[in-house]
Amino acid sequence: MFAYIVRRALYAIPVLIGVNLITFLLFFVVNTPDDIARMQLGAKRVTPEAIDTWKATHGYDRPYFHNADEPGLAAFTDTLFFQKSVKVMAFDFGRSDGGRAIAADIQARMGPSLALAIPTLLVGMAVNITFGLLLVFFRSTAIDWGGVVLCVVLMSISPLFYIIAGQFVAGKLMNLVPISGYAGGWDMAKFLVLPVVIGVVSGIGSGTRWYRTIFMEEYGKDYVRTARAKGMGDLRILFVHVLKNGMIPILTGVVVLLPLLFMGSLIMESFFGIPGLGSYTIEAIQNQDFAIVRAMVFLGSVLYIVGLLLTDISYTLFDPRIRL
Amino acid sequence: MPCATCVRTPSARRGALWALLWLAIVLGAGCERPWNSPYPDAERASDTLYRAFTEPPRHLDPARSYATDEVEFTGQIYEPPLQYHYLKRPYQLEPLAATRLPEPQYLDADGDPLPADTPPEDVATSVYTIEIKPGVRYQPHPAFARGPDGAPRYRDLSPADLEGIASPADFAHQGSRTLRASDYVHQIKRLASPEVNSPILGVMSEHIVGLADLAERLRAARDTLAPGEHLDLTRHDFEGARAVDDRHFEIRVNGVYPQLRYWLAMPFFAPMPPEAIAFYNQDALAAKNIGIDTFPVGTGPYMLTENNPNRRMVLETNPNFHGERYPSEGAPGDREAGLLEDAGRALPFIDRVVFSLEKESIPYWNKFLQGYYDSSGISSDAFGQAIRIDADGEPHLTETMAERGMRLATTVLPAIYYLGFNMNDDVVGGDDDARKLRQAISIAVDYESYVAIFLNGRGLVAQDPLPPGLFGAREGKAGMNPVVYDWVDGERRRKPIEVARELLAEAGYPGGTDEETGRPLLLNLDTPASGPEFKSQMDWMRQQFDKLGIQLVVRATTWSRFQQKTADGNVQMFFGSGWMGDYPDPENFLFLLYGPNSAAENNGQNIANYQDDTFDRLFRRMRDMDNGPERQQLIDRMIDIVQRDAPWVWGMYPRQYGLYQSWLANTKPNAMANNTIKYLDIDPAARAEKRLAWNQPVLWPLAAGAGGLLVLLLPGVWIHRRREHRAVRRPAR
Repeated sequence: MFAYIVRRALYAIPVLIGVNLITFLLFFVVNTPDDIARMQLGAKRVTPEAIDTWKATHGYDRPYFHNADEPGLAAFTDTLFFQKSVKVMAFDFGRSDGGRAIAADIQARMGPSLALAIPTLLVGMAVNITFGLLLVFFRSTAIDWGGVVLCVVLMSISPLFYIIAGQFVAGKLMNLVPISGYAGGWDMAKFLVLPVVIGVVSGIGSGTRWYRTIFMEEYGKDYVRTARAKGMGDLRILFVHVLKNGMIPILTGVVVLLPLLFMGSLIMESFFGIPGLGSYTIEAIQNQDFAIVRAMVFLGSVLYIVGLLLTDISYTLFDPRIRL
Repeated sequence: MPCATCVRTPSARRGALWALLWLAIVLGAGCERPWNSPYPDAERASDTLYRAFTEPPRHLDPARSYATDEVEFTGQIYEPPLQYHYLKRPYQLEPLAATRLPEPQYLDADGDPLPADTPPEDVATSVYTIEIKPGVRYQPHPAFARGPDGAPRYRDLSPADLEGIASPADFAHQGSRTLRASDYVHQIKRLASPEVNSPILGVMSEHIVGLADLAERLRAARDTLAPGEHLDLTRHDFEGARAVDDRHFEIRVNGVYPQLRYWLAMPFFAPMPPEAIAFYNQDALAAKNIGIDTFPVGTGPYMLTENNPNRRMVLETNPNFHGERYPSEGAPGDREAGLLEDAGRALPFIDRVVFSLEKESIPYWNKFLQGYYDSSGISSDAFGQAIRIDADGEPHLTETMAERGMRLATTVLPAIYYLGFNMNDDVVGGDDDARKLRQAISIAVDYESYVAIFLNGRGLVAQDPLPPGLFGAREGKAGMNPVVYDWVDGERRRKPIEVARELLAEAGYPGGTDEETGRPLLLNLDTPASGPEFKSQMDWMRQQFDKLGIQLVVRATTWSRFQQKTADGNVQMFFGSGWMGDYPDPENFLFLLYGPNSAAENNGQNIANYQDDTFDRLFRRMRDMDNGPERQQLIDRMIDIVQRDAPWVWGMYPRQYGLYQSWLANTKPNAMANNTIKYLDIDPAARAEKRLAWNQPVLWPLAAGAGGLLVLLLPGVWIHRRREHRAVRRPAR
């Protein structure tokens, strides 16, 4: 397995270079260094001299890929792409174009994102699996049919509606929890209850249907028929045997998501005032902050590669027939 | 053996559970603190003001921060020499850190003094000498902390030294010192520093003697620095600013520049101690986002103790604040409004200010209604809920809001948003026919409907570049734009569209068709309004041009690209531009049409590239004059010229609506002052009482929901039981 992990890590290097290159190209197709400077300098009284000074200070005065003024290798290294990429590849994210330390910002924002994402994922999984199993339990009855219809209805509602309605009902009409906000320590619980509940509820439709499909397929297998023939109750078959065997595709699907939980949720964090990473990249794109965009895209790529690797590893843990 | 009454039967267990649930409901209903409070219990009765911010401030360095949402913080922390009187209108300057308003000493080319009534053209240099108040001290800060040897305590910090440090307040040793005149000089030099990149370097280089040269020298000096080194501005002197002694400093400007006094009321001219810059120029601190751009060092009534721009910012009173008194004079009506009840009391009244980030308007508004914010603006979504407009078009609070004791205050901002023509363009620019085309468009674009539809009436339709309240602005018939309006029955009325069509025909485009080519007239409108939310606005704009048969092509782009295009003169018409006044002087608006200030030719703020010799000549005279009848006369003539030439469709002056809770006192909108929190006062007990009354938890829906769930379970139980007890059916033989 160690050799496999090393091999996958080596494969990741060209992938990350490619991601970096594509990010660079896409960003500078729509933005010029002048645009970035103007965005950072503000809307009033910006002079060409100020733009030039800003670009020189932040290293945006170099050519993109080839510096004809430099001899030899420096013609390629003293360029915008090289200078902005090398440190990122070494996980040195440096300063944003607005002047803030990116690593410090990511570190500060990661915690709140995880505080919201982990309970939403775990509670959501528990609820969706339970509902999925119950629908299988009541298969071919009005409850199964009604449940599937309800799932489709829940899936059809915009996540934004859940948020606004949830805030209005729980926070405004019933005055149970704060509408938005965040605090450290145990105080965060009262701020997270509502977004977690909304996150879980908004995911019930799609989650339950997915799990129902998995468990229904599992329920048709021979070992279930054998268990039934031996007189085992349906509830026990479902919640012990079907659940255990159905977990293989579920867990492998979830493991790939785990590293990406760091990246947060844009809408939830924005509406609930949770100071996470969810809006970090979007705001950076809006503010034309290339330093943050490339750092976050790079980090996202790394996490995704790690997620895929963990998925492969998890196969071997859940299914002994698989060897890496 | 258990007694008979103690036996736990299933029904008894269920009963006990229900009892517990109801007990919780009863206890909850009678609790003495709201469940939905976003603040810690300890703050319930504290002297804390709660506000929200919707965009994280980018810069808190006073040499860089220019945006309104930034000066909301820097204004409370830094003390420039002057400030605006909180209550008086029209806006008046008064001393803040200075002992008095500075008067310029005029000098001739040889440096000899000239009398105060010397004509501006004869003045070579004006010298402003500013005396600062004695005994003013900086907030406690580690930059001032010194070791036993007298050397700065915190230098050459390593990451290991900063374990557990998240803000300057976390350092064990704090220090302070007396404000010196040289700190102001240091800050003026920072405006020229390439490490700072101040947005006002361009405009100040035109006026402050030697500032442009200093900027050049500093750029050259920076190129000689080793990596990690920073400029030490104390080693770079220049003629334009110098400290005379610890309490006096001079600023020298080229010729006359009376508007300098207004700049002296902005944080750009706040003092900056060199120790603070030396302290913050340490890489280990920068890696933790601790810098002058994040943790200001000032002498004002408040200091920033927490800066998490993604969550909240906290201001606390500066224990070293030198003291200031609430004004004892105000504008007419202020006494009756209770705004002078605190006259003479020591400022500030509020101990702590918590700004929370609210990116979305809905939660922000709902929390304001719950009493968790002490003041709020009004978003378009909430406008109908908060405001009703009476028959005269005046806004009032709705009954619900009034019952809660909330107060509404509106003020017209010293700002203008307009639709501009590029005067260098072959079609819409120039004189004669093009002027008639612009006049026709000015009549056709019905800004009254724009303000009503898209702004809920929150704006006044502009007649010229000068917002109301500024010297030079006229009201009523005298202030009407005669190109676009007629005066009918004592009120302004937009000219009928037929007049616009006639003008269009005279311009050579009858019915919107080019007489020469026979093709429909097609105009391009550049705008940064590129999101889907602006689609309706752009549809409306097309309709306005459609009235004249003109085809409009909307070219939406990003804000920075839009700025680039207008700066290059690469537009035909532009929409979405505006100007928020820096200071309440007509010069600050009329310069937007001053020829030498053209964007295309001279990189100035005149993005319409308008140029008229008479206007420019009058502007130069008006700029250097004090307010008075003669200046008013010049302004009237200038306004006549630009109304006739119509380089802009004048657009509108935004009207700001503010809502205040009943427990917040001394609220009066002041569009120029940015240091107004020190005047506010709150009644924490009344606030706590209202919050409790408005936020009683409602628990019965929970119980009803739980009951509903149980009912829903019944069919499942029934189906399960039926399935479990179903007999196996044999297939029929």
